[in-house]
Amino acid sequence: MVKKEKEQLIDKSLKKQHKLSASGIRVFYDNFEAIKGIDMNIKANKVTAFIGPSGCGKSTFLRLFNRMNDYIDGFRMEGEILIDGDNIYKKKVNVEQLRKQVGMVFQKPNPFPKSIFENVAYGLKIQGIKDKKFLQDKVEDSLKKVALWEEVKTDLNKSALALSGGQQQRLCIARTLAVEPSIILMDEPTSALDPLSTAKIEELIYELKKEYTIIIVTHNMQQAARVSDRTAFFYMGDLIEYDSTKKIFTNPEKKANRELHNRTIWIKDLKYDKFRPT
Amino acid sequence: MRRFKEVAIEKTLMASAMVTILVTIGIILVLSVEAFNFFSVVPIWDFLTDTQWTPLFTEKHFGILPLLSGTLLTSFIAIAFAVPVGLSISIYISEYAPKSFRKTIKPALELLAAVPTVVYGFFALTVVTPFLQTFIPGLSGFNSLSAGLVMGIMIIPFISSLSEDALHAVPNSLREGSYGMGATRLQNVFRVLIPAASSGIIVSIILAISRAIGETMIVAIAAGQQPRLTLDPTVPVETITAYIVQVSLGDVGHGTLEYQTIFAAGITLFLFTFILNTMSYRLRKKFAEKYE
Amino acid sequence: MNNIKKNRLKDQAFKYWGIFCTLLGLVLLAIFIGTILIDGLQRINWDFITNLPSRNADKAGIYTALTGSVWILGLTTLIALPLGIAAAIYLEEYAKKGKLSSILEINISNLAGVPSIIYGLLGLEVFVRILEMGSSVLAGSFTLALLILPIVIVSTREAIKAVPKSIRDASYAMGASKWQTVSMQLLPASFGGILTGVILSLSRAVGETAPLIVIGALAYVPFAPSSPMDEFSVLPIQIFNWISRPQKGFEVNAAAAIIILLLITFLLNAVAVYFRNRWQKKLNN
Repeated sequence: MVKKEKEQLIDKSLKKQHKLSASGIRVFYDNFEAIKGIDMNIKANKVTAFIGPSGCGKSTFLRLFNRMNDYIDGFRMEGEILIDGDNIYKKKVNVEQLRKQVGMVFQKPNPFPKSIFENVAYGLKIQGIKDKKFLQDKVEDSLKKVALWEEVKTDLNKSALALSGGQQQRLCIARTLAVEPSIILMDEPTSALDPLSTAKIEELIYELKKEYTIIIVTHNMQQAARVSDRTAFFYMGDLIEYDSTKKIFTNPEKKANRELHNRTIWIKDLKYDKFRPT
Repeated sequence: MRRFKEVAIEKTLMASAMVTILVTIGIILVLSVEAFNFFSVVPIWDFLTDTQWTPLFTEKHFGILPLLSGTLLTSFIAIAFAVPVGLSISIYISEYAPKSFRKTIKPALELLAAVPTVVYGFFALTVVTPFLQTFIPGLSGFNSLSAGLVMGIMIIPFISSLSEDALHAVPNSLREGSYGMGATRLQNVFRVLIPAASSGIIVSIILAISRAIGETMIVAIAAGQQPRLTLDPTVPVETITAYIVQVSLGDVGHGTLEYQTIFAAGITLFLFTFILNTMSYRLRKKFAEKYE
Repeated sequence: MNNIKKNRLKDQAFKYWGIFCTLLGLVLLAIFIGTILIDGLQRINWDFITNLPSRNADKAGIYTALTGSVWILGLTTLIALPLGIAAAIYLEEYAKKGKLSSILEINISNLAGVPSIIYGLLGLEVFVRILEMGSSVLAGSFTLALLILPIVIVSTREAIKAVPKSIRDASYAMGASKWQTVSMQLLPASFGGILTGVILSLSRAVGETAPLIVIGALAYVPFAPSSPMDEFSVLPIQIFNWISRPQKGFEVNAAAAIIILLLITFLLNAVAVYFRNRWQKKLNN
């Protein structure tokens, strides 16, 4: 075997170990370069956190994995995103199928203006599933997984909008779970919630990672430290550091470089304003 | 298979949207073709300069000027009445009235625009004209004054609603700057707000003019059926729109010159309103950009 | 000092002028309706509604005109509703920003300002003559449908726009296709707004006279339409016809018919406002 082919095979099998992999990613909105060249591999059944100040590109990067950026005018991407070894930006990829495999939870809970039952069943109904028993079982199962079942089981026909913020967000997670994705993307899922609801959802994430691969964008340092196995630190479109959470928060890389030194102070003191790029 | 369905649905929806373009093409074609037929018999010069319009008499004249003057005279009266009143209302609601007032008054005024025009025509003929006749002795039973005034009442909401929106959109910082210098509300309105909201106000006036020019029933009922090149508001006149109605009520066969006259009149009307509508659209786009 | 006082006075004076103008329109409308009620109320009875038109003012009724109006409203809705909603969905959710979409928008805005009588001329040539529908209910309905189409499109677009973006995001993120998102989320959520727009355009259509006269709706129709190809009259044309007659009896008839027409118009408007309020409450929940 030629050396190059051998390298490619090894590379590919390494990539196959990773659930998600991004290489050479650059993202442009018209002429603005939002992501400046990032490589990243994410392992299955782990929680990976994206942290960084507002506008650093972490949400943009997250949305590459379920192609939600496609709807933004002027969006352009270079590079490859592989899920289970397959490039999801190939022309023949069925985006709707992709999104059943990669679910998303948004910052502000956005339940549909329908009943609790209809919300959770929606993802199944759009696949053409009509079997009433199956839907009912699935809905109950998903609501149990997010610990919402006991609270709502008496009236599943109640409007989802009547639930509290924390309940609505758990409902949104439930409807995502109902279609059985393997990956769940969470874009600041607790930033609009009160501390009690936040704690409940963080507990949930901890439970969920047994079955799912989770990526969570958060601007809350402590949350990342509590919840994630690996953390990626973004700044102004660059990936500054990506390592195990323990390492990033307790013993970050020591380098003589002033940039990284300042960044260390930033993470240790958990203060944004100390960060100055060179 | 699913892909095919999605594309088919999109094409169907697009076809529905394209119908609107078909309608415009249809209007232009229909008017142009029949008008062309008309102008191959009647020279354009005659059409534009002859001061008489008598296509249904034995001695035929085909000058558009009498109908045009009827249209413009009635519209002018309507606008002359509606603009001061409508603007004053918009200023009052925007700057003087308590905020809760706005919620109840605006819908109430929009009622004026919801009344069918045939009802307004009835009112102009049976109430307004006799009323005006009591102190304008020479006022004829059919005249452009009554019709014009009643048209004015109908278009008040066009001006008051849109102008009020325009005034409402002026940032408060401009008001505060002016009040801070000791200006009264009135001074503020005329020196600061109206200039700032001018494009919105002008749009409302242009739309109102377009509406007045295109109005049919009020003038058909109350203004008369005598085409006359005049500025006298007390005598019967005929508008372009009323003429078209008059011919349509009669028995005019297709292909005859008389039939084609309604299209010649129609295309004139269409040109006027088209120009006005385009102007107002352009201005509205500019106006929207201003406060973005 | 003098100047300030003068300015204050002017300000106060304008305030009263403003109140006067605001009330002027409404007072005049009240006077109109008052005189019409005085004129026509006593004429309204069951006979009036069920009688056919007649040369005798006392015997004449609005039956044929009323049924004609109902036929016209029904068919117009049938034609304009699907067409308008489909066009609005396309413009709002499918069309990409670009030349085509701007042209469509400018065009619709222009069509909304075309005088209704021009639609009559279009209908006369295309529906009555070229498509050989004659001066039938069908021709009238097509004509009016084109007339109200821009209103239906604009109000449907506004209703769809009002559905929050977060709903679209959630639906797409779950793998729904565009049409699934439109049909299962956007249309149900905007239904109240669309309904409002349709009812308002109907209340406009019921009062339309000129375009129907141009396409040949008759002023004297001795029978109610029983098929879309029948000739017809509508309530406003009946009113117009009676106004044109010199006898006082017909003036009373006209006033009475106007009362009925106004009732229908205001009822439709009230229903529209009711639905709009209910829908807005639901959306803001």
